[in-house]
Amino acid sequence: MPAKIMQQAEAIASSPSQHPSLTQSTPFKAVQRALFYVMMVALALIFAGPLLWMLSTSLKTDPQVYTVPPIWFPNPMRLVNYPEALSSRPFGTYTFNTLKYALGAVAGALLSNTLVAYGFARIRWPGRDIFFIICLSTMMIPFQVRMIPLYLTFKNLGWLNTYLPLIVPTFLGVNAYYTFLLRQFFLTIPSELSDAARVDGCTELGILVRIILPLAKPALAVIGLLQFMFAWDNYIGPLIYLNNESLYPIALGLQQFRTMFSEELMWPYMMAASTAVVAPVIILYFFVQRTFVEGISITGLKG
Amino acid sequence: MPQHWTPAQTRSLLKGLAFISPWLVGFAGFVLYPIAASAYFSLTRYDVLRPARFIGLENYVELFTKDETFRTVIGNTVYLVVIGVPAGLVAAFLLASLLNRDMKLRPFFRTIFFLPVLVPAVASAEVWRWVYNTNYGVINSFIKSLGLAVIPFISSVELAKPSLILIHVWAQGTAIIIFLAALQDVPRSLMDAAEVDGANPLQRFWHVTIPICTPAILFVMLTGMIGMFQYFTLGWLLTQGGPNESTEFFSLYLYRNAFQFFKMGYASAQAWILFIIILAFTLLIFRSSARWVYYAGESD
Repeated sequence: MPAKIMQQAEAIASSPSQHPSLTQSTPFKAVQRALFYVMMVALALIFAGPLLWMLSTSLKTDPQVYTVPPIWFPNPMRLVNYPEALSSRPFGTYTFNTLKYALGAVAGALLSNTLVAYGFARIRWPGRDIFFIICLSTMMIPFQVRMIPLYLTFKNLGWLNTYLPLIVPTFLGVNAYYTFLLRQFFLTIPSELSDAARVDGCTELGILVRIILPLAKPALAVIGLLQFMFAWDNYIGPLIYLNNESLYPIALGLQQFRTMFSEELMWPYMMAASTAVVAPVIILYFFVQRTFVEGISITGLKG
Repeated sequence: MPQHWTPAQTRSLLKGLAFISPWLVGFAGFVLYPIAASAYFSLTRYDVLRPARFIGLENYVELFTKDETFRTVIGNTVYLVVIGVPAGLVAAFLLASLLNRDMKLRPFFRTIFFLPVLVPAVASAEVWRWVYNTNYGVINSFIKSLGLAVIPFISSVELAKPSLILIHVWAQGTAIIIFLAALQDVPRSLMDAAEVDGANPLQRFWHVTIPICTPAILFVMLTGMIGMFQYFTLGWLLTQGGPNESTEFFSLYLYRNAFQFFKMGYASAQAWILFIIILAFTLLIFRSSARWVYYAGESD
């Protein structure tokens, strides 16, 4: 227990003050509780508001869009906004393009960061901690510092207008955040397990594959989802490396879409397209929600 | 190299290096080399078509003495970091504290507060462009129906930055989950002791809850700060730096110089200034953290 906090707790304890919770009557508590839930629902509505507004607009006719005060539940709903919006641009191609490099990047991140994190977490070797600190400190380096030389290197390699700049680095474990996250998970696995396997003559790679990885499935799911979300979301990477529309991922495609319509006519279509871009991520999230929340939690606490 | 260097140590060293070898290659090729190259380019004039020409510190001198926009850009970015990061942090901590109360439907509310994180930046830009719309956006449409003056959100110099910060505050799901985990680690016994001894909820929050969560706060503050200095996509899509350069942030101006004006050397100098600013802020936060971060298990 942190001594300072204990001292503070004692200091508070010694200061004269009433005991609110001991004097409160039950009806008062019930009112307090009701108010609390009212506030939570209000906050939830505010936070979900922009997304509900998106969904609502995506189902509106033009007159419904321009009604003041705004309508939340359009009647009738114009479902045909979706096929109309999504067929006005090659959204299928955009999605396919995004998946092409997103899945490559997920594979790369899982493979490389697993190996690197194992080296940092489960093997004792001289110099390990120094290398780990260097690895962590790369998180401080803004992408902008690397951006121009990377662009020029990829240009010289003839990699512009390919997905290689978005995939190859992930195979080389450059995202230190994932390494850190996986290392934290690996550290929680008892070392006796690997020691026993070592005695039985198992190699380190064997230990990683047979013992560590099966236990680290939730952590791998988190890395996979984070990398997938990053790839789905990444705008500046494709913006720099791709300038051929047939290669555009969703992030750039949605922008193409926007330039097609005049500002005042596009809202239902734009919101339908946005909903289509948001939905896959949210659906994916619901599948792995539990592990994902656990995974994020651990990063802020330990290390 | 230590004196008692055993073959076993050599073996373990080789094993360790073998496992981290993907990172060693990535670090050399995609981190170390680009940083060194960027440092060199920052001392050159380079338009990609012709070879880079060494000009010493000229880019830096120009940035600091002649470039009016760059001064605005620094001001805008610092505003975004100094206001936006604490705003997001406080909002996340308060929401996490609410979620940490004994309540029904916690997973539901947690999911709602987390959802904005899942919205890709490109979609977020479109949704908020529509929310902020002066004529028919959900807020202004409502205000208009009350007969009040509309709020010009992203189209006004004064409100553009706060409007972007509001979007940032909206999308604090990751920080909320980190804080929620930290809050659940606050020992019940400590809170009970403080309560029995007469600390009111506010005192308990301030003197017990917050100190115990300071490691998580430090983590969120650092990652938030580093991320915010690189703020790009929403600014680029939603306001394009306007109106009147009021949302021209570091990364936007840098991108413009590099990929629209092809001033690669000039942009590299900006990148290095950004790097140094981030390092300085990181150091500042780390050094100050000795005074305000409590680590459980520490004797003091």
